[in-house]
Amino acid sequence: MAIGVASFNLLQPVIGNYFCLIDENMWGIIRQNVGVTGGLSSQGLGNHMMRLRPVASAMRNYSSATKEMTVRDALNSALDEEMAADPNVFVMGEEVGEYQGAYKITKGLLDKYGPERVVDTPITEAGFAGIGVGAAYHGLRPVIEFMTFNFSMQAIDHVINSAAKSNYMSAGQINVPIVFRGPNGPAAGVGAQHSQCYGAWYGSVPGLKVLVPYSSEDARGLLKAAIRDPDPVVFLENELLYGESFPVSAESLDSSFCLPIGKAKIEREGKDITITAFSKMVGYALKAAEILEKDGINAEVINLRSIRPLDRATINASVRKTNRLVTVEEGFPQHGIGAEICASVVEDSFGYLDAPVERIAGADVPTPYAANLERMAFPQIEDIVRAAKRACYRSVPMSATA
Amino acid sequence: MALAHRSSGLLKPLSTASSSSFLHRRPYSTDDTTTITVETSVPFTGHNCETPSRSVDTNPKELMTFFTDMALMRRMEIAADSLYKSKLIRGFCHLYDGQEAVSIGMEAAITKKDCIITAYRDHCLFLGRGGTLLESFAELMGRTAGCSNGKGGSMHFYKKEACFFGGHGIVGAQVPLGCGLAFAQKYRKEGHVTFTMYGDGAANQGQLFEALNMAALWDLPAILVCENNHYGMGTAEWRAAKSPAYYKRGDYVPGLKVDGMDAFAVKQACKFAKEHVLKNGPIILEMDTYRYHGHSMSDPGSTYRTRDEISGVRQERDPIERIRKLILAHDLATEKELKDIEKQARKEVDEAIAKAKESPMPDEPELFTNVYRKGFGVESFGADRKELRTTLP
Repeated sequence: MAIGVASFNLLQPVIGNYFCLIDENMWGIIRQNVGVTGGLSSQGLGNHMMRLRPVASAMRNYSSATKEMTVRDALNSALDEEMAADPNVFVMGEEVGEYQGAYKITKGLLDKYGPERVVDTPITEAGFAGIGVGAAYHGLRPVIEFMTFNFSMQAIDHVINSAAKSNYMSAGQINVPIVFRGPNGPAAGVGAQHSQCYGAWYGSVPGLKVLVPYSSEDARGLLKAAIRDPDPVVFLENELLYGESFPVSAESLDSSFCLPIGKAKIEREGKDITITAFSKMVGYALKAAEILEKDGINAEVINLRSIRPLDRATINASVRKTNRLVTVEEGFPQHGIGAEICASVVEDSFGYLDAPVERIAGADVPTPYAANLERMAFPQIEDIVRAAKRACYRSVPMSATA
Repeated sequence: MALAHRSSGLLKPLSTASSSSFLHRRPYSTDDTTTITVETSVPFTGHNCETPSRSVDTNPKELMTFFTDMALMRRMEIAADSLYKSKLIRGFCHLYDGQEAVSIGMEAAITKKDCIITAYRDHCLFLGRGGTLLESFAELMGRTAGCSNGKGGSMHFYKKEACFFGGHGIVGAQVPLGCGLAFAQKYRKEGHVTFTMYGDGAANQGQLFEALNMAALWDLPAILVCENNHYGMGTAEWRAAKSPAYYKRGDYVPGLKVDGMDAFAVKQACKFAKEHVLKNGPIILEMDTYRYHGHSMSDPGSTYRTRDEISGVRQERDPIERIRKLILAHDLATEKELKDIEKQARKEVDEAIAKAKESPMPDEPELFTNVYRKGFGVESFGADRKELRTTLP
């Protein structure tokens, strides 16, 4: 069937790569659902294939050469384009301007947009996060950078109480179109105070949207969507992904490209087991899937892309197909993302489960510095493989418990 | 080693005794009875407070100790730079070279019952508190012989028995913690004080002012030491602070501005501060200092400062050079002997690194130790909770 413009990149058969212009104040969305169930709002069985008619300006001739882009460049280009499109967008944070960004994500922006729109702050998160939220109250669209989300704890009151809850408390008068972005989770050898994943904490707060890009396309599409979104968005990046290159479709390079918030992406189709992951763990899950394939286990890998809203529809649809689930995250296990996904599946798809849900997460300890202990503290590919095999009732060599 | 006789008229051969250690060959090095008076480089500037005298008493032993200890600290940090570049040290590594005089001068004025707490630029402060090179390098390389058994890393050195409370990664957080140490000291009527150290970057943190207000309200024996190296990460002080006169930022809390590159100025100021806070409540000491390295090993340190500035400070204000000149001026040692001390420091550092490399990485069960002091038999899990689970002691 003619899918239309679901995917332009011929070399990357990706399912569910939506092309969507979401800001309701800007272009209209022309969408026709050609999926099995027909309705947009149904609790979908099977993946929707959305047929979209793109806005004319986005039509182009596609070369078949794949372009690659690092996540860093993807984020930089997204910021650049959004700042060019809307003068209300500004960037604020430590070292974002003259230093060109602690991780060079904001490189070149100061030269292009000037110090009024690329604002270097002192090392005072509570202060500048609050200032950012206040600016958002008054109609600006700040992009606040936390050098890592560990430092967001200094400012978390503003993220939650000042940003997330304002639209509700004011009965819709005061929306907060702010983006809090920065690296989240562990890097390499940065120790206990610099390695925590905040996905579960922010993901539990109504009023926030929480996005977790993996690839460069994710980074571009989701950041642009976040900046255009009228609500506060927590945008959790990953330091180790910044330098990684991914192929990007031509359409994703267009300045109007953005991805829908709240939709997960099936990175790899499969029929035997579902593996959910986000951020860096998507890469690990895909590698685990390759290893499992050799053992005859055909894994479906879901890139969550969005922790809040969580795409329960896609996850449940997948589990109803495969009957088995492994959730993967780097954060602490108790009250984590995997716990919520497990609960959702048990609530909505209990009858379809053929095995208990397996959770792979960070170890239940503060992050150690020593390299061997740090490796044990975070999921490795073999952990995902092992859990998947357990869920498929394949025998797994027993190893001693600690 | 034979004593080197020099024909220079300035130097009189002080001793012909021979022995193995070059430091023991000359009686001056253990001489702590002869008083030498030195003048600090600049007078102190006070805020709501009278200033101590510029004349500081010392003795040959202290001078030689200052030199030796600072040479060791300097060597340690430079060696850490190389280890980081060869990837034996991972993650973050914030070096203190240039700032040694603050640690050395402070230790000369206080006891090991006074507390010190600082942020992540903590290697030399740890050494000053009695930590060893082996503990330091082993920790940096993530080995069991490290002061935190390899579990903390560069930013998390501690030595509780010497009242050194770390070692903190979050900018500014150590300031309320330090005021808390002072709170406990007062609560227990100990008669000791706390030096809580922070940088010019942290000086703008709100929590500092909250803690300072309470410390002043409750007369806590807290000495807030701002190590002003003029750059908070990559941002110069004038771009981050409306008022970079950090010693005045306490407003109602008195402050003293000190040349942090002059170990004797630091010593004098800390002695003064200790006496002050035990009677009058908190005080701020601003140490005017400089770091030669960038903010951390991931920062070249030259995109926001000129190389001329860095080499200028090294030439004009280096803390070790200051002591060297004093030693030579007072005929306490020859240039060669001082160079030998530096060589010895290098040797000690190299030996410590070699020993640290032999120390193994922590055993795998260490992943789960020290989560709690008292675990109640709680379960804890590895990444795969069905594969690795344990009960915490």
